[in-house]
Amino acid sequence: MNQLTSILEGFGRAMLLLIESGRHLGTLPRQRARFIEQCYLIGYTTLPIVAILCFFMGSVLALQSGYSMENFGAKQFIGSLVGLSFARELGPVIVAILVAGRVGSAITAELASMKVYQEIDALVTMNIPPARMLVLPRLAAVLVMMPVLTIIGILIGWFGGAVVCTYVDFISIEPEAYFAALRSFMQFKDVGTGILKAEIFGFVIVLICCSIGLNTRGGPREIGASVTKAVVASLISILVLDYFVTKALL
Amino acid sequence: MTCPLHRNPITAVEGPAVGVSIEHLSKNFGRLQALRDVSFAVEPGEIFVLMGPSGSGKSVLLKHIVGLEAPSDGRVLIEGRDATAEGTLENVRIAMVFQAGALFNSLSVYDNLALYPREHRLGTEAGIREKVMRALQILSLENTAHKFPSELSGGMKKRVAIARALVMEPQLMLYDEPTSELDPIMGATISEIIATLRDEYHVTSVVVSHDRELALGIADRVGILMDGSLVFLGAPAELHAPEDPRIANFFHPKIDLKNPRFKSLEA
Repeated sequence: MNQLTSILEGFGRAMLLLIESGRHLGTLPRQRARFIEQCYLIGYTTLPIVAILCFFMGSVLALQSGYSMENFGAKQFIGSLVGLSFARELGPVIVAILVAGRVGSAITAELASMKVYQEIDALVTMNIPPARMLVLPRLAAVLVMMPVLTIIGILIGWFGGAVVCTYVDFISIEPEAYFAALRSFMQFKDVGTGILKAEIFGFVIVLICCSIGLNTRGGPREIGASVTKAVVASLISILVLDYFVTKALL
Repeated sequence: MTCPLHRNPITAVEGPAVGVSIEHLSKNFGRLQALRDVSFAVEPGEIFVLMGPSGSGKSVLLKHIVGLEAPSDGRVLIEGRDATAEGTLENVRIAMVFQAGALFNSLSVYDNLALYPREHRLGTEAGIREKVMRALQILSLENTAHKFPSELSGGMKKRVAIARALVMEPQLMLYDEPTSELDPIMGATISEIIATLRDEYHVTSVVVSHDRELALGIADRVGILMDGSLVFLGAPAELHAPEDPRIANFFHPKIDLKNPRFKSLEA
């Protein structure tokens, strides 16, 4: 019962923070320096790890499907399988998990530390709403950067599949054939679905991490506990939302 | 209350100091009663020092004045406005100097000071620079402008926190233990700064402190909180020979090795 109350309380706090941030939407143009800084932190610094992970996820997917499909002569469909899986599911989910682990944890740690060391209180006394200065630019930046990261992740995932199909002996499919199969089953709608999912995941991650960070009380141990809580809550939210969003978009 | 207009030497802005009225303030944290029916008023331009043993509710009271805590009962009025009401901080400039400084650790000293005017769009970047450098100059901190808070000593952090408050052109300054963790010379320096700011800028100052020298040296009036209740309110001179034994014990504690206090606390 306590756990449920705590989850509902957390949800309520996050909603209030969202409303409070929305009230300051008009200040975004004059916060462009902060917005650009957040785009850099969320997008540019996450890009290398997205690239590495998506390349190898694409490779493994092609390898596993090649191994299974070889038995019933369906190797020519590997491109379609990798293409659709990455565009609709793996791309957005992998990017969201990486953003939760890398960016979400950093956001929570920073805001929790500011809360514990009274920097948030100082902002309030200076009549600078933390939602305006600390949350709004992050929410805006994640909305801009998630599609970019997801598109790059999907393309690299497809490329990873193509490399495996070309160079692994028991699969041995020419890149042209791989991409032709990929194109024959893909529609722009599939990539659009992936991007929409990534947008939702990214927005929820940043909101959860900001809310948990800003509501931290205690000392260094509680900062660590908040980071863990934020990352776990983000990961669970990604997977739960993934099911419902996928079902709604099918 | 009269609110005389004074010119702020940093900004040349004229503004009235504000009065604070604490009315039957009580605060509970669960079963713990941190404040019990506390009432007093601080006049505009006054230096009011709030003293008391650790855990007596001084900092909690200060947080009520700036609206960081909401009362369980009673109210805090700043120039007639409820401290927790939306818009009070927009209409009354209240600056707080936190015990640990609460400087923004990821910003340089210069950016710490420039944050308030930048966020509230109080002038051009050149104008803000002038204000910030003037505030740093007043507190002899010109050479720290590009340092980060982690590179400063305790005394410097306190002075930067005061300089940051000064840039806000405050009508009310709240100080939470401004001389704690400082050596006696630096403590005296901070006390002198507080008194000078009041004299030159005419801000109302509420100072929470354990520092007897500070209270006797610069306060217009002193309040003493014990276990959440206000047990003394008067001029500092009255504290030289207090009648209340609790206040006498707080102000002139004697070290008694034969009958140590912690033993009686344990009992």
